Amino acid sequence: MGNKKEKGSILKILRLIREHGVVNVVKDMTLNSQVWRSFFRHGLEDTPKTRMETIINNSFLHLHPAKVKRHAPLFRFTWCMGGITFFLFLVLTITGVFLMFYYHPNVRDAYWDMKGLEYHVPFGTLLRNLHRWGAHLMVIAVWFHMFRVFMTGSYKPPREFNWVIGVVLLVMTLLLSFTGYLLPWDQLGFWAVTVGTNMARATPLLGHEGPFGNLLGMTAYNDIRFALLGGSLVGGNALLRAYIWHCIGLPMIVSTFLIVHFWRIRKDGGISGKL
Amino acid sequence: MAEDKETTKGRYRALAFVKGESLAKEKDREVSKDEVHTWPYLVRVEFLAAIIMTIILMVWAITLDAPLEDPSDPTLTPNPAKAPWYFLGLQEMLVYFDPWIAGVIYPSFIVIGLMVIPYVDVNPKGNGYYTLKERKFAILTFCFGFHVLWILLIIVGVFMRGPGWIWFWPWETWDAHRVVAETNYDLTHFIGVDSKSFLGSVIGGSVVVLYYFVTLTIPYLFLKLIGSQTLEKLGIVRYAIVALLFWTMMTLPIKMFLKLVFHMKYIWVTPWFNI
Repeated sequence: MGNKKEKGSILKILRLIREHGVVNVVKDMTLNSQVWRSFFRHGLEDTPKTRMETIINNSFLHLHPAKVKRHAPLFRFTWCMGGITFFLFLVLTITGVFLMFYYHPNVRDAYWDMKGLEYHVPFGTLLRNLHRWGAHLMVIAVWFHMFRVFMTGSYKPPREFNWVIGVVLLVMTLLLSFTGYLLPWDQLGFWAVTVGTNMARATPLLGHEGPFGNLLGMTAYNDIRFALLGGSLVGGNALLRAYIWHCIGLPMIVSTFLIVHFWRIRKDGGISGKL
Repeated sequence: MAEDKETTKGRYRALAFVKGESLAKEKDREVSKDEVHTWPYLVRVEFLAAIIMTIILMVWAITLDAPLEDPSDPTLTPNPAKAPWYFLGLQEMLVYFDPWIAGVIYPSFIVIGLMVIPYVDVNPKGNGYYTLKERKFAILTFCFGFHVLWILLIIVGVFMRGPGWIWFWPWETWDAHRVVAETNYDLTHFIGVDSKSFLGSVIGGSVVVLYYFVTLTIPYLFLKLIGSQTLEKLGIVRYAIVALLFWTMMTLPIKMFLKLVFHMKYIWVTPWFNI
């Protein structure tokens, strides 16, 4: 393509346009520009090499290996449930952050912030609906994921530990949903959480109504339920605790376990298949 | 183009446009027998799943509003006060067991039981494919626990339980004043012994201990007698864990049967706890 004098000059570009057409030249110049190449380390040609580079060089896609087992993309094998669970987790994180802008975790404001979402915030009702129904869907998706993994025997060696991580994530999902239940501070959430945390009273040894609880000096003011609620009743402290667990504590724990969960899939030999 | 190589050292670059069929495309499905490229074969499925989930969630969120009841009022207890739907299996168990079992012991057993599955399932078959024949016990046990004891009890808790946690069919209206006359008996009442007496306590305790002793030893001896390969592989520790978890799970349907048919409340009554 031309001599040294022509290099980088307008003449060279004109000649290339004449030879290959404007579209190809613009495309070529864009793909070879320093800016583009600093973003993307690979070309767009449909070759096995580019396909691998697309995965390896992208921070999000590189959760995957460059190649997967032939049955990995099949719906009947995975039911897509692990991926859908993670997708819903992301949806809930994003809608949750938006909701936090409109929410005060105190007894005076919490309920009226819900009404505010309905009447004052553009698309506020939709935002809350997405978060609420998304949470229900995530619980269902986690259960389906667990059921599928069991049915394909994918917990068997060498994936035992990842199953254990998965059980932790299942429990965390339920706790995330449960702590979120209280936040609207309406009758539904209030009494659901009251019923739920009343169980803690009956904890053996650690609850004041549980077996042997009073032998350890448990009362309504120092037992495990008191620690969960920050009081002997569901009140302002319980609301604040639920809020912090829901928005900060549990998401941090879940994210940590998610990293391990995904990493272990690959370290344990990728998605399971007939060995 | 030696000049270009200097300026883009260490990077690949399209040197020429070659018209014609790409080397890759769909054909590379045949390049490797067991693997396909993640891009595009897996990523496109994930993308599709994300889009479908988005559509489902959007339609759901637009057509159905998340529930919001009256502001919470600690002095106004709704009847029935229900936990979130995913915990209603546990709340339903309160009909059959005291809170320390239904709300604390059983959930702990469920979580621990799920976690130990990969360590006690010594059957190497069924790893990465669907099979009922090769792992009958594992699948039937899991499905009984998951579908019947967990999902079915949730359905009962959500749809069949009305005021006073009394059974109402979905087509019946909830009558808050309905009373079900029911006399409950403890196990020892059937042989004319007061369950709260020392003798009653000893008898009840013996029954519980005997239950675990029999269910743990008889199958062991039977399997030993027929020279079971599985038992040999399990070893006594794994066998004991499996048997303990399995027969603890079975206490729920057994207690349900005793309660529903014989109106039995407690098997074992002590000053500290009742079973």
